[in-house]
Amino acid sequence: MSAEPHAASGLAETLAHVVVLAPLLGALICGLFNRFIGEKVAMFVATALLFVAAACAATIFIGHWNHSLHLPAKPIRLATWIDVGAFKSTWSIRLDAISAVMMIVVTGVSSLVHLYSWGYMAEDPHKPRFFAYLSLFTFAMLSLVTAADFMQLFFGWEGVGLASYLLIGFWYHKRSANDAQIKAFVVNRVGDFGFALGIMAVFFVFGSIEFKQVFDQIPQKADMMLAWGVFHLPAIEIIAFLLFIGAMGKSAQFFLHTWLPDAMEGPTPVSALIHAATMVTAGVVLVCLCSPIYEAAPATAGFITVIGAVTALFAATVGIAQNDIKRVIAYSTCSQLGFMFFAAGIGAYQAAMFHLFTHAFFKALLFLGAGSVIHGMHHEQDMRKMGDVARHMKITFVIMLIGTLAITGVGIPHTPFGFAGFFSKDAILETTFAAGMTGNTAAQLAFWMALIAATLTSFYSWRLAFMTFHGTPKWKADADHGHDHDHGAGHETSDSAHAHAQPAVAHVGEVAHDAAGSHDDHAHHAWHGPHESPLVMLIPLIILAFGAVFAGSIFYDAFVGHYAKEFWGNAIYTAPDNNVLKDKYSVPTWVFYAPLVVMLIGLAAALYFYLFNEGLGKKIADRKGLAHAFLENKWYFDELYEAVFVKGARALGDLFWKIGDGKLIDGLGPNGIAAALNFGSKKAVKIQSGYVYHYAFLMLIAAVALGAFILYRGA
Amino acid sequence: MSMNQTMTAELFFQQVPYILPEITLAAGALIIVLIGAFMGDRGSRLVTWLCVAVMLAAGAMAVLHMPPEQVVVFSGSYAADGFSAYAKLIIALTASSALLLSVDFLADKKLDKPEFPVLAMLATLGMFIMVSAHDLIALYVGVEMQSLALYVLAAYARDDAKSSEAGLKYFVLGALSSGLLLYGCSLVYGFTGSVKFDVISAHVAASRDIGVIFGLVFILCGLAFKMSAAPFHMWTPDVYEGSPTVSTAFFASAPKVAAAVLFARVCFEAFGPAQKDWLGIVVIMALLSMVIGALFALQQTNIKRLLAYSSIANMGYALVAIACGPEFGPKALLVFVSIYAVTSVGLFGVVLSLRTADGERVETIAGLSGLSRSNPLLAAALTMLLFSVMGIPPLAGFFGKWEIILATSSVGLLPLAIALILASVVSAFYYLRIIKTVWFDEPVATMVPVGTATALTLTGATFVLAALTLLIGLVGSAATIAGAGFS
Repeated sequence: MSAEPHAASGLAETLAHVVVLAPLLGALICGLFNRFIGEKVAMFVATALLFVAAACAATIFIGHWNHSLHLPAKPIRLATWIDVGAFKSTWSIRLDAISAVMMIVVTGVSSLVHLYSWGYMAEDPHKPRFFAYLSLFTFAMLSLVTAADFMQLFFGWEGVGLASYLLIGFWYHKRSANDAQIKAFVVNRVGDFGFALGIMAVFFVFGSIEFKQVFDQIPQKADMMLAWGVFHLPAIEIIAFLLFIGAMGKSAQFFLHTWLPDAMEGPTPVSALIHAATMVTAGVVLVCLCSPIYEAAPATAGFITVIGAVTALFAATVGIAQNDIKRVIAYSTCSQLGFMFFAAGIGAYQAAMFHLFTHAFFKALLFLGAGSVIHGMHHEQDMRKMGDVARHMKITFVIMLIGTLAITGVGIPHTPFGFAGFFSKDAILETTFAAGMTGNTAAQLAFWMALIAATLTSFYSWRLAFMTFHGTPKWKADADHGHDHDHGAGHETSDSAHAHAQPAVAHVGEVAHDAAGSHDDHAHHAWHGPHESPLVMLIPLIILAFGAVFAGSIFYDAFVGHYAKEFWGNAIYTAPDNNVLKDKYSVPTWVFYAPLVVMLIGLAAALYFYLFNEGLGKKIADRKGLAHAFLENKWYFDELYEAVFVKGARALGDLFWKIGDGKLIDGLGPNGIAAALNFGSKKAVKIQSGYVYHYAFLMLIAAVALGAFILYRGA
Repeated sequence: MSMNQTMTAELFFQQVPYILPEITLAAGALIIVLIGAFMGDRGSRLVTWLCVAVMLAAGAMAVLHMPPEQVVVFSGSYAADGFSAYAKLIIALTASSALLLSVDFLADKKLDKPEFPVLAMLATLGMFIMVSAHDLIALYVGVEMQSLALYVLAAYARDDAKSSEAGLKYFVLGALSSGLLLYGCSLVYGFTGSVKFDVISAHVAASRDIGVIFGLVFILCGLAFKMSAAPFHMWTPDVYEGSPTVSTAFFASAPKVAAAVLFARVCFEAFGPAQKDWLGIVVIMALLSMVIGALFALQQTNIKRLLAYSSIANMGYALVAIACGPEFGPKALLVFVSIYAVTSVGLFGVVLSLRTADGERVETIAGLSGLSRSNPLLAAALTMLLFSVMGIPPLAGFFGKWEIILATSSVGLLPLAIALILASVVSAFYYLRIIKTVWFDEPVATMVPVGTATALTLTGATFVLAALTLLIGLVGSAATIAGAGFS
């Protein structure tokens, strides 16, 4: 009895090594050696290694789920990274329920995205670079989720940030892509600063950065106060708050969300992998992983609840007024992340992880489906220019329909029938209501905001579906397509290298031409309307569709149901008085049906505006009402940040540069002294007249002066 | 009486080995003059080679016959010690290098007569006497022997108005300085009753006689002129610019070593006990030299004038070393001046190697533009030499200044060290400007290396010199041994 789990544990360790290191190997081979082994081979190696990793991750996950595989209690130690005094960090692989879930999510979506990219990026001249970045990202994300201490977590955190930066700006000849990548990087800096301070605070308070050692000490440190200026604040709250700042940046929560919609400048597979399914959920993972900290920090948990709920509602309101298909889904992602956060905030970490899990399937599905539409529409992203695409792209249509049903949460309560999003979202709403019943005001607020957000989610998701796939076609099957783009505010460029055909980015020059050379011809011969995507793109969609349909019902019990305690084990800690997961069964009956009802309301509204009265939405938009403008311009966050931070920073920089450095330091320092010396020497050289008697006179004067000096000194 | 004579003769022959270098130079000069007279102008190249050989031999002898302790010969008028032996070697090396550099230039200007090398050799003899002088007579003989030869070298291109002017200026002002020097000598002799350094030293130690101190002031003024230290530097830019470049190359190296070493010996040996009197004068001269050398050079467009101010500034640094006194000064001084002299010859070697396609000699800084393209090797050598003279590590020039700063910190003269560093910073500007011109400015004329066969010699010599600047370790240890004589 004892021998078998031991052997299985050895198997888990071996598999874990493969999961983490295979993507790194793929990235190195594909990135460094693609010139030697050829483009296709390099891409194949990267993709194949990812599928191997995914298979191993699936084995670990399924094994843990059905108890056939025992996960080792201690992290697998690979090598020492930092060992300075008490500050120790080890490269390790932590295997527990959280990392098992994240490994299958990351490698699963990543491998499918790798495969999908064979079709989507077929015409790009830099494919190996793209695949190398994707694999590098996957490795960084895996090292993040398998970290056993905060330092490796931070390494992965920054690694995914780097990969995200590189991939958003993959089409580096596009100005908008460069701006977006810098924006993503800078906004994440704000979060990462908080995160780094959090890690420092952890080390300061606990004397260690290893999760186990830190979490074990929490009971002893619960009453410790830190002095910060005149304030004396609980140490745990400070740590929790600082770490959450990092999570806010990475997961695009309210105030630090502005980079995510702009990140859609990257290729669509990147949006699906990084900016929907995996990287942006790192913040949720962090909060769940640090559940022992957040359970001991009620104030910060309340803050998380509020921020999460506000983000969920805010992003949903913005989503209803966007016209770029990818931006709608981006705001949807932002909103769903808000759901996860307030779930974690009220203590339902399991529900947050469950939603993360199901969301990965249906959001990747939606993005890749949107990518398929964009591909079929020749890189058109404006939904106002689509319509009636369903007739031409039947498989894509069905798949997008599944994605929409999943995100809007269609299902029948109390039965195992429902799409993935139904189970996870309902679990969140029910636990939130249950938490509200215990007197958690933030949870009560979050519940109602979430209900409104769910209504809006349903509305914008169906709006997207109807505008894209139904109604009258707004595209013309002719050669001019793609040249007369009239882009709405805020998204002046389309998705791909094809962008060079637009006047707005016509200046990008040779690189763009080179990059899109083949596509150029493609766009110019007569265009016969949308076409279905190749099989290599459809297969990943179909696989994800299965997940979007069944992931919820299959794993409900393990993640948030009756077996949750067993499934999560020590990975998630809940305080003895935290019973939200159980209490969710005892909420009033209307709460179970509320999500379904609000979904139907949203659907009805979308049907009314975009199917039965096609053009009504456009009329509202054309009136340019205050409310519409407010939503279309994303609550003017970009404008506000531009005015305050960007302009402010620039003004401050100008002040230091022009006045401080230029006038004061340079003016009085190097330049001033140089000018004075130059002036002085110009005057002085006049003494050198060339006349012998001047020289002789000076010599005699000097001799006399020196003699006088000696006399004076001697006296 | 006859026994007395025998003893004197015996004593004389015992002392001869200590002046063998000088005898070699003097005898060599006489023989070579005869060779030159017989062969005429066509013998000038052979004469040059012979002079170089004799000078190198004399330098080697000075080192080989170096006594372990200072030996004062000829009734206390002549000192043989490590200090002078080291200086003589450096003088011989730099003087012969300058001679080698002259061959092609003189031929080019149709000035290739045997007189030039012979005069240079006689000046070298004067320098040898200067660095070994141990009484006021030997001092004066050495200084004048050197100076008279140098006056002629300055005016050597006698058909050239500028050269004649330079020679005349140098002579007139040199005569004035000799007057100051002699006046000082007579004051010292009058008040101490002796010309011998050890007697003077004993007298100064016993009592502070204002007459002797006045004499000291005048002697130092005269020597400062030879060193071209401010405020007795006025002749330097004009003479450097007007003289034929080969003469300037000669002025800028060996005579500076000789004058600095003599200056140090007078301060340390003859007036050692009066340190607080000469210290003030040395400090004033050092500060003025550094300031003037740095400031005036900023405005120069002519390379030779620029190098003149550069040498004034560098003599200011040498004076800082002298100000550090007999214990720490000698080593720093020897390291510094030897590196400076070698670098200086190297710099002139580069200037002498250049001629535009239409036969013009390069004399302006702007004329160096584009050198990196027409002659990258020379450009690299020039850059390295300039970085060295700026004092950029790991080149030799850095260690020269390093030794001086080390010495100042040992004796607590930090303000002087700070002044030295500031002056170096300012002067770095004009050295860097040359480097910028060489590497980054558009070429104004195509540069052709001089001659075909001799171009090799020149470039080779320049490179050897440039490489020498890297042999600092050797220089340092030699100077340590040589400078130990005073402490």
